[in-house]
This record gives sequence, structure tokens and C-alpha cells, in this order.
Amino acid sequence: MSNRIDTIGAVLLAVIWVSPLLFAVWAAFHSTSDAVNFTLLSPWTLDNFRTAWAGAPWFQYFINTFLLVTTVLIGQFILTTLAGFAFAKLEFPGKDFVFILVLMQLFILPEVLIVENYAMVSRLGLFDTILGVGMPYMASAFGIFLMRQAFKSVPIELHEAARIEGCGLLGILWRVYVPLAKPTYLAYALVSVSTHWNNFLWPLIVTNSPETRPLTVGLSIFGAPENGVDISVISAATLMSVAPLLIAFLLFQRQFVQAFLRAGIK
Amino acid sequence: MNSHVNLERRRQAIYGWLLLTPAAILLSIFAFYPSIATLWSSLFSRNTRRRPSEYVGGENYTDLFADPTFWLVVKNNLLYAGVTIPVSIAIALAMALWANSKISARGFVRTAYFTPTVLPMIAAANLWLFFYTPGLGVLDQIGGLFGLPSVNWLGQPETALWAIIIVTIWKEAGFFMIFYLAALQTIPEDLKEAADIEGASRWTYTRRIVLPLLMPTTLFIMVNALINSVKLIDHLFILTKGGPSDASKLILYYIWEMAFAFFDAPHAAAMTIMVLLVLGIVAAIQFFYIDKRTHYQ
Repeated sequence: MSNRIDTIGAVLLAVIWVSPLLFAVWAAFHSTSDAVNFTLLSPWTLDNFRTAWAGAPWFQYFINTFLLVTTVLIGQFILTTLAGFAFAKLEFPGKDFVFILVLMQLFILPEVLIVENYAMVSRLGLFDTILGVGMPYMASAFGIFLMRQAFKSVPIELHEAARIEGCGLLGILWRVYVPLAKPTYLAYALVSVSTHWNNFLWPLIVTNSPETRPLTVGLSIFGAPENGVDISVISAATLMSVAPLLIAFLLFQRQFVQAFLRAGIK
Repeated sequence: MNSHVNLERRRQAIYGWLLLTPAAILLSIFAFYPSIATLWSSLFSRNTRRRPSEYVGGENYTDLFADPTFWLVVKNNLLYAGVTIPVSIAIALAMALWANSKISARGFVRTAYFTPTVLPMIAAANLWLFFYTPGLGVLDQIGGLFGLPSVNWLGQPETALWAIIIVTIWKEAGFFMIFYLAALQTIPEDLKEAADIEGASRWTYTRRIVLPLLMPTTLFIMVNALINSVKLIDHLFILTKGGPSDASKLILYYIWEMAFAFFDAPHAAAMTIMVLLVLGIVAAIQFFYIDKRTHYQ
């Protein structure tokens, strides 16, 4: 009995939770008047997608977002691997002090420092470039912390063995530590890609042209009420821009959830 | 031998600092220097064509304290935090308990709860626009079935902030759920069996055994939710733009507006410093209080 109540409650909440997405699917595939009147047997159509696709340089936006998440990810991998390794396996004066500084950055959110970061990016000549959007996130304190934890768990015997084989320090890092930390890299990659695919405020500030604008900013401009776009077309555009990530999530759900967990708990 | 050890130590020090350099440079450029520069520029007046910027001390801060909009925004953000944090934690807990129980459709339920997490806030706002639009929106149509009048959820000061709050809860509850889910799976089965043998009701078991064991997770989620209550403002750009008459404006949005719409960087800087102070206090609490308590896990 109580099990049945649980099932009903759980499913009811689940239906409420996906309903915004379901309504968007409904609206995107129907003409606006059919969509808002909920004419259940009305014909399905792809017109909204055609209208939306023609209304903005979406292909360019997709490329931009793709370049952005790739740039950020490559930068993060390099920087956090080097720094994480130094914190995990090397002894040097000032290490603890620097580590506390890094941890402080966890609370100095890049979002909060928009004004000065904008000034800095302009000063570096990176305003309205994809590198300018990605750069503040590359030395991620969170990533450094994550890689440090991963490298710490590598047994020192492997390190010693590689050293006896004549491997240099960077060689050991590359041949022993990096391969062993693969699950952490995967988790970090999933979290990083979905974070930056979805990021909005900072790209809004730093980009100023269709050539650099990521999907989220493009979507917000496309959906602005001033443009008078109707709900079906907005839904179509929204679905289009979330589709790659959403499909990836539905296919690799377990990995996504594991990734967020690993990233959060460690 | 001694000189060999010394050499090794020196080698490690050089390598250590070399490996840290790239990250240290970027952290300095995009976190530490901007924090100090923000503090610095919050002490100067605005640079206009007629009057160059000059040192004004705490004037920008006293201006803000005298600005009713600032206090309204602070009040809004406190309400935003005060509602989104406990409600999304409570919903996340219920979701986790359900997603962990032996019910049919568990896979669908889990996916449904977690899906909003992978959507951009901007997209989420667009989805919810379909709910909130007066007359045509889903909420109004459902209300219409019961003969309720049309409500402009986003367009009136009484409801705008609440509409924003609901979207935030929808977005983050599923994310918090996975941490509870992970914690629930570490609770040994025999505790449940022991409670059953003792004749404890399910409610007693949940309240006396499960909830205390979830305490560290709750604290961890709470810190995250607190940070989110500063950070999650993207949907304002789509849904209300802080309006009507600032009724749904939150601090980070106001900072953005001050700096990039009103071009008043000094006051934006002063507000940024206050936000950093609050975040710093949260960090300190987590550092000295929560970290100690979670170690018994």
C-alpha cells in the first residue's frame, strides 16, 4: 500500500518535473495557435524549426559553443594537471600557502568579478574572442583540487618504478599519473562541458558579434520580446540549442550522474 | 649523501614552482588581481568626461546604503535564498528517497528529476515562459479550467520574484538529489532491518536514522545552494529583467546592470565587495565548522 503511494508520488513529481520540457516539445512541433489551444489532434509540423533556423546564425553559434567548451577543456586539462601534480606529489616551500590561495578562489566566483575581469580581458586584447570567454575559467581551483586528489591516490611504487626505468618527472606524470586518472578526467570533462555549454552571463559580457557568441547568448537575443518571436518558434530554438547536450545526457546518463557526484564529493 | 638530498629537494622546489606557474598566472590575472582592483575602484568616484575619477573613500558604499533600490535588491536576494535553499533541499531529499526506493518506473523518475540540471538556465527560462505567459500560458489555461482569472505572473510585483524562485528550485533540486542518492546508498541495509525488528515505523526510521546520517551531505548541499542563490540569475534576463519596478531584481543582476547598462563601475565594485565578503564568511564557516563535522563519515 505505502509502496503504491510512493510510486504515485514519485511519478507525479517526475511528470511535473519534465512537463516544461514536454510542453516545449509540444509547442515546437505545432503551429502557435494549435500549441496554445492544446488542439490534441492537430497536425505535427517542422515549420517552427525552419523559421527558427532561418532567424539567426545558429550554425555559427553551435561552432562557437563547440570551440568554447573545447578551448576551456584543453586549457583546464593542461593547467590543472600540472598544478594538481605539483600539489599532490612534490614538496616545495610555500606549497601550503599557495594551496590555500587556490582554495580561496573556490569562493571568489568568476561571475561576481565580471566588472574587473571584463577590464582585464579588454586590456589583454581578448574582448569579443572565444579565448577571452574561456580564459578566466582555465585555472579552475576546483579542477586543481580534483586532480590533486586523483594523483594523491596513485601508489608511490609506480612512481619509483618509472623513475628507476629512467623516466623524467614530466615523463612520469604523462605515462603513469595521467593514464591512471582517466576516470577523473572523464568526470571533469563532463562537468566542465555541461557548465560551459550552459554558461551565459560572462559570454554575454565578453562577446559582441555573431562570430564569437555562444548558443546561450544567441538564444537569449533570439528570444528577446523586442523581436516578437512567438512561443512555438522560441520552443523550437530552445530545443535545438539544448539538443546535443540533452541527447548526450540521455545516452550516457549513468556517466553524467557519476561525473557530477565525483566532482562534487571529492 | 646530504648534498644529494639537498639537490633532490631543490629540484623538487624548482619543478613544483614551474608546474604551478601557468595556473598561478591565470589565477592572479582572473581572480586575485581583480578582487583587489575591485576593492580599489570601489573607493574612487566615477570617471566622467566632466569630472575625472578621484578618491572618495567610503562614499560609494554610503551611496548604496542610502539607495532604496539597493535595499530592495538585498531583500529580494534574501527572500530568494531563504526560499530556494530550504525548498530545493527538501525536494531533493524527497526525490532521493523515492529514486532510491524499490518502486517501478525508477529509471524514468531518476531521469526526469535530473534532466533540468543539464539544461542552460536561459533555456529553462524559455521553457517556463510558456507556463507564465498571461492568457496563453499553461498556468493560466489550467486556472481557466477552474474559472480563475488570468494572472500576469511575471508582470506584477507580487508574483514576479516567486515565478523566478520556482524556476530556480526546478533547476537545482535534481542536482542536489544525486548527492543525497549517493549518501543513501552508503547507509548499510542492516540498519533498516534492525529498525524493522525493533518495530520502528518508516517515519521513525527516516527521522531518527536516515536524516542524521545525511547531515554532512545536507551541509555540503547547503553551501552549494547558498552560492547558487548569488550565482543563478540568468533566467532574469529572459523572464523579468529584474522588473516590474525592481520587484524581482537580484544582487548579481543589479551589479551587471550598474556596470554594463548604467556604466557606473564604482558602485558595481562596491556591491561586488559586499558579495565577496558574504561569500568569504560562508567559506570561513565551511572551512572551520563544516569540514570538521563531515570527517566522521
